[in-house]
Amino acid sequence: MAEKTLMKGNEALAEAAIRAGCKCFFGYPITPQTEISAYLSKRMPKVGGVFLQAESEVAAINMVYGCAGSGIRCMTSSSSPGISLKTEGISYIAGADLPCVIINVQRGGPGLGGIQPSQADYWQVTHALGHGDFHALVFAPASVQEMVNTVTKAFDLADQFRMPAVILADGLLGQMMEPVQFEECEIKMSDASKKPWAACGHKNERKHNIINSLYLKPEQLEDTIKERFERYEKVKANHTEAVCDYCEDAEIVVVAYGSTARLAKSAVDAARKEGIKAGIVRPVTLWPFPVNELNEACRNAKKVLTVEMSMGQMVDDVKLALNCSKPVEFLGRTGGVIPKPAEILAKIKEMGGND
Amino acid sequence: MTNEILLAGFGGQGILFMGKMLAYFGLYEDKQVSWLPSYGPEMRGGTCNCSVCISDDPIGSPLVDEPNTLIVMNTPSYDKFINTVVPGGIALIDSTLVDGKCDRTDINVFYVPATALANENNMKGMANIILLGKLLKETNITSMETVRKAMEKVIPPKKAHLIETNIKAIELGMAQ
Repeated sequence: MAEKTLMKGNEALAEAAIRAGCKCFFGYPITPQTEISAYLSKRMPKVGGVFLQAESEVAAINMVYGCAGSGIRCMTSSSSPGISLKTEGISYIAGADLPCVIINVQRGGPGLGGIQPSQADYWQVTHALGHGDFHALVFAPASVQEMVNTVTKAFDLADQFRMPAVILADGLLGQMMEPVQFEECEIKMSDASKKPWAACGHKNERKHNIINSLYLKPEQLEDTIKERFERYEKVKANHTEAVCDYCEDAEIVVVAYGSTARLAKSAVDAARKEGIKAGIVRPVTLWPFPVNELNEACRNAKKVLTVEMSMGQMVDDVKLALNCSKPVEFLGRTGGVIPKPAEILAKIKEMGGND
Repeated sequence: MTNEILLAGFGGQGILFMGKMLAYFGLYEDKQVSWLPSYGPEMRGGTCNCSVCISDDPIGSPLVDEPNTLIVMNTPSYDKFINTVVPGGIALIDSTLVDGKCDRTDINVFYVPATALANENNMKGMANIILLGKLLKETNITSMETVRKAMEKVIPPKKAHLIETNIKAIELGMAQ
């Protein structure tokens, strides 16, 4: 399997989940991520796992809640409208401090929106993936191979910090085929008995665990949340990630994530060829946001340009991260329209990259 | 240099399959490749298209809207895409199914009656492969050896008996 082969992003995510030790998948079909379910429906039974097509997205996420509570690695996937349905369950999972992986292959919104690629769920995934004080880890890969590599990382960090992890893709990444290579390795086993909090069999050797997100005493709930936020601080301190190119002398720094970062990279390459000092920062983790990496990359920048497939969402985090020390402009296409590298290049020039 | 290829026709003509073959040609030539299907509602019985990029450098946008190479297998796709081909590019047209004649002089246009050829030669449903053969002849995109390797990879084992017919269809296309 070390051979390079072509796979759709969705299928690659599914295969990577199995190799990361995901034993249970609960899903409900929706374009453009249905290939994840289709692939796992065939593959999961062959490795002794569970594939279950639930009656709805709400059911699927609650099955994840139960399964995660038993300490078994599990996953669900959907696309934008389906993720909205799952948010109640995600909040419960966060409130119960359980690890799981959730994939969002974004499409246009709001409402049923469209089925073409979009990045309009940034605010939802980073700021409000359900009610209450909580965060999820959010990864934004930009290629099919990177999606594969991200899955194991997402499961590992979710387990380590006992929190949900989201892989934020979009229709472009889910539907496209690119070469992928899986490392020769045995399927990882996630050992529930090594999770002291798991509600699994213990042969009466310990007190039984209770998994719950209800705390009626305000002080007790506050303590629980504060403990959770101490864990978040550790995540913020150690697990931010960004890829920076040509930033050392860059006067205009473009910030873009996921598939938009590929388009922006083409534009920045073209700008460099024309002698414009442009650079690019691609946040790989969206929560925690790579604040230090961005500031470092923008050290010599005169202006910053955020490019997204939305009306402008990550741009807020870019401004916050830079503490408004640089002018931040925005270029976006939305509704399923994919920006062209030429549009981005034109914007870079308009921002003064030509003088 | 990125070869941006756009393939278009009706669902069922093997447009996505043709794209997958091309992507494997690139992969086996150690190039960077991407393959992106149209996945909108037009797939259901309507037109279908597929973008393939083959490049020496990492691929930015996998979406091709100004192709170097266009292969069209029906009139709606011909009308929609013929003017998007970049000057100096090439267009391959299944002339059994497309009536139009292109008056552009800045691109190389090849008319191959691929569907008729497939029917006459007991290769029903392989008009796409015949066109691929023609592309091989006109662009030297890859070697016959790589074509066979890609065929063996892309054609599922239970249809392995069709590999030789597919190779013949490639050769028929190359003879046009």
